[in-house]
Amino acid sequence: MIRFEPRETVSPFLRVGVPVAAALAALALAALPIMAAGAPVLQAYALMAKGAFGSFFAVSELLSRATPLILTGLAAALAFRARLWNIGGEGQLYAGALAAVAVGSGAISAPPAVMIPLVLLAGAMAGAMMMLVPALLKLRLGADEVVTTLLLNFVVLLFVQMMLEGPMKDPMGMGWPQSEPMADAAMLPKLFDRMRVHAGLIVALVTALLAHILLARTVWGFEIRAVGENQDAARHAGIPVTATFVRVALFSGALAGLAGVGEVAGLKGYLTADLSPGFGYAGIVVAMLAGLSPLGVVVAALFIAGVFVGADSMSRAIGVSNYLADLVVATSLIAVLVSGLFVRFRVRLVGPGRRASAGKDIVA
Amino acid sequence: MMEILDILVSANFWAAALRIATPLIFGVLGALLCERAGILNLGIEGIFTAGAMAGWMAAWLGAGLWGGVLVAALAGASFGLLHAVLTVPLGLSQHVSGIGVTLFATSLSYYAYRTALPDVTSPPRITAFQPLDIPVLSDLPFLGTVLFQQTALTMLALAMVVVVGFVLYRTPLGLAIRAVGDNPAAVEAQGLSVVVLRMGTVVAGSALMALGGAFLTMSAFDAFFFGMVNGRGWICIALTVFASWRPGKALVGALLFGAFDAFQVRLQTEVGAFVPGQVFLMLPYLLSILALVMVARKADYPRAMLKPYFKGQR
Repeated sequence: MIRFEPRETVSPFLRVGVPVAAALAALALAALPIMAAGAPVLQAYALMAKGAFGSFFAVSELLSRATPLILTGLAAALAFRARLWNIGGEGQLYAGALAAVAVGSGAISAPPAVMIPLVLLAGAMAGAMMMLVPALLKLRLGADEVVTTLLLNFVVLLFVQMMLEGPMKDPMGMGWPQSEPMADAAMLPKLFDRMRVHAGLIVALVTALLAHILLARTVWGFEIRAVGENQDAARHAGIPVTATFVRVALFSGALAGLAGVGEVAGLKGYLTADLSPGFGYAGIVVAMLAGLSPLGVVVAALFIAGVFVGADSMSRAIGVSNYLADLVVATSLIAVLVSGLFVRFRVRLVGPGRRASAGKDIVA
Repeated sequence: MMEILDILVSANFWAAALRIATPLIFGVLGALLCERAGILNLGIEGIFTAGAMAGWMAAWLGAGLWGGVLVAALAGASFGLLHAVLTVPLGLSQHVSGIGVTLFATSLSYYAYRTALPDVTSPPRITAFQPLDIPVLSDLPFLGTVLFQQTALTMLALAMVVVVGFVLYRTPLGLAIRAVGDNPAAVEAQGLSVVVLRMGTVVAGSALMALGGAFLTMSAFDAFFFGMVNGRGWICIALTVFASWRPGKALVGALLFGAFDAFQVRLQTEVGAFVPGQVFLMLPYLLSILALVMVARKADYPRAMLKPYFKGQR
């Protein structure tokens, strides 16, 4: 019989090592679907690694893909820390992108030093507003935020489509539903010549550091953690629970909104309705892999970005569907969820004759 | 105004409403079963997709339509079992596990479809379920059109409302399921296994959800498209709260929703020239949020929902 005994303390090695092992296990499990597709497994892995790290260009692709994932990952991590289930990162990302285009594609003309902060601010605010609605519905009316944030994702995407086919459609777009291009002054600069990785990465990294400081070193951060640990205890301790939820909601939505800004102002230069291949949802996986730690989010986002970029490149080379990447991402979420047990509990094999000792143990 | 009334009394309108409601009936029944046993199943969106893909694929490979339905149910049950293992004996977060199951089931379905059909540009079609043509009944003036010119899967959905209602309220098993979602310790004290009850209910509920997906590819349409589930699973989660976890109310909720959706399609043909189509497409999602908000304050969630239960631990 297997017995789970709660650990008294968790070593930092376990805290880091176990999620890493889970992610690697998910990657290893991808061998099964690759085999099912009849492709050479080792070659597929080699191609994935080459596509993700094999050249300066590959690394640039990896970093540009990691940029939105860091931000949506932070959005999820911060909200989940307070047990606010923001599953609406995808919608908030699009809201941010839409606001960036509304402000940055000719409505205002100013030098980059003004335009870039303005565009970032607009996107962050749009994302924050998108999350404020479900937060208030939860706090005032008791409507479950999981469902409302999920459903709003669809509403926002349709709204973006409506704007792109209507008032915000580019008249020069040859009939395609896309926005007018961003003004040059509103574009985030590229970090290297002829590489796609852009200054949004710096924004994401600085944001991760700020989020870490917010959580670890400030009163607001303490309140967020306290509300997440035990809402009732926090309330009895005099922590403003409602205000904390609103604050977290605004932060979380703003971060996902910033991810949308980066994609239009750093990468594409204009908005289309297929801007995000699910960065909002992948952000949840990033956050969980990171154990909801803001600095861990950066590492986890690099892993997930590597899976996406590597699988894309491998798919082009040997024709295995790049839905493999989504499969690995989903598997790593489940793997890291299960692996959490090994962090919290010590797993013991118990012989049938031995008596279970503590009443707190879970027998599975 | 008269035109609106004309729409509301037309048999074709209500037939369309029931058709739109069918996948939601399956979905809400499945979700309410899981939640009655204390388990939130956010895997529903992915289970819909898996049911849609697996059922269609089986039928396309020659298993026959009912063979496809069976395969869809089995696919749903398998993903339900995954969610059940993660959330019941292991007691892991139902939110995260559900999202994980949705991502997993969706990506596995898409991957399998792409791998089986790498080069198709237009999705292959099957011969879907045809409207039943029951002698006499189908010729009844109003009911004939609304009820008896539907496909067999719609009939199955209506039958499942009765079955789920009967099991929940008229059998010892149903009593145990309802109790395990309210007070698992009491169920354990009766000598019943909380783990078995909860897992079994989640597996059965997930199989029902998958039938909702199968309806999409085998009755509403005759092919599988990426993104075709399009939030229907999430809508079911909202409707479950709206239906206060009761099968009868689930039917009413799904029908109201179907009626509204059918109405907006007809409205769209009237005023579509002035209002962008996306406004109409947004309405189902906004309506679901509204339905949730309306009942949220007085919603009587199963008391042990979201709370893992470990034997001998309080």
